[in-house]
Amino acid sequence: MIGSEWVFYILSAFILVTGGLSVTTRKIFRSAIWLLFCLTGIAGLYFWLGMLFIAAVQIVVYVGGIVVLIIFSIFLTQQSGKDMPPPVRSRTIFSALAVCVGFLLTCVLMSQYSRFKALEPQYDYAAPDMSVSAIGTQMLSTTEHGYALPFEVISILLLAAMIACIVLAIKSKPEEK
Amino acid sequence: MIPLNYILFLSTALFFIGMYGLFTRRNMITMLMSVELILNSVNINFVAFNKYLYPEKLEGLFFSLFIIAIAAAEAAVAIAIIINLYRNIRSIDVEAADEMKF
Repeated sequence: MIGSEWVFYILSAFILVTGGLSVTTRKIFRSAIWLLFCLTGIAGLYFWLGMLFIAAVQIVVYVGGIVVLIIFSIFLTQQSGKDMPPPVRSRTIFSALAVCVGFLLTCVLMSQYSRFKALEPQYDYAAPDMSVSAIGTQMLSTTEHGYALPFEVISILLLAAMIACIVLAIKSKPEEK
Repeated sequence: MIPLNYILFLSTALFFIGMYGLFTRRNMITMLMSVELILNSVNINFVAFNKYLYPEKLEGLFFSLFIIAIAAAEAAVAIAIIINLYRNIRSIDVEAADEMKF
């Protein structure tokens, strides 16, 4: 059980360090690579929690999809070797102050809920509820706890987003301008 | 064992790292990356609450799945807008996109 705790500490340190580097580094391409490491660490956290399906989705959609999309758009719009201009000093100071105050406030609020402190996860990897077939059955069922309607709505949303991307990014002919 | 509090601290820290990036960055792609960090911290919360409070149910997992799907759609549309903006004004700095500013 001690090993499991160490895995959590190492994973969370990895997530926080890579996330912090991804928002502070000056080279935009490195920022995208740090974001990739951070998202992989979050997928590792899901594995640690025993949610295997959501970890796989995290790797497939975030690491394999969104980060690759971001890297492509960096190549299309930037000179990736160049440094970004540093943020204004006063803005850095004030945003760091605001973030620290917000973090401390949230931590104080959370520490008042002593109910959360004693809770421990149930490590039951073979539980039938967590299997992929249970997830699929519940997602497509139309009974009380089914998610068929949100599933259909999000399919329409993805279709609309795809068409919108094509329409937005299509190259207009020069004589139209 | 790790109590639920520690996971909530982790996701809060990740959320505020994303907020810091959103405040300080002025490049649209890096701001989009900060938004992705914020969405991921929310996902961690949903999954952790599902695992710790209601381990026999799947609701938190479904919410995370839908958030991931919406984040993918949002990133795709945002990048299409950014590329279109770059074609028109040759910059993706938010300060440069001031044509509609009153």
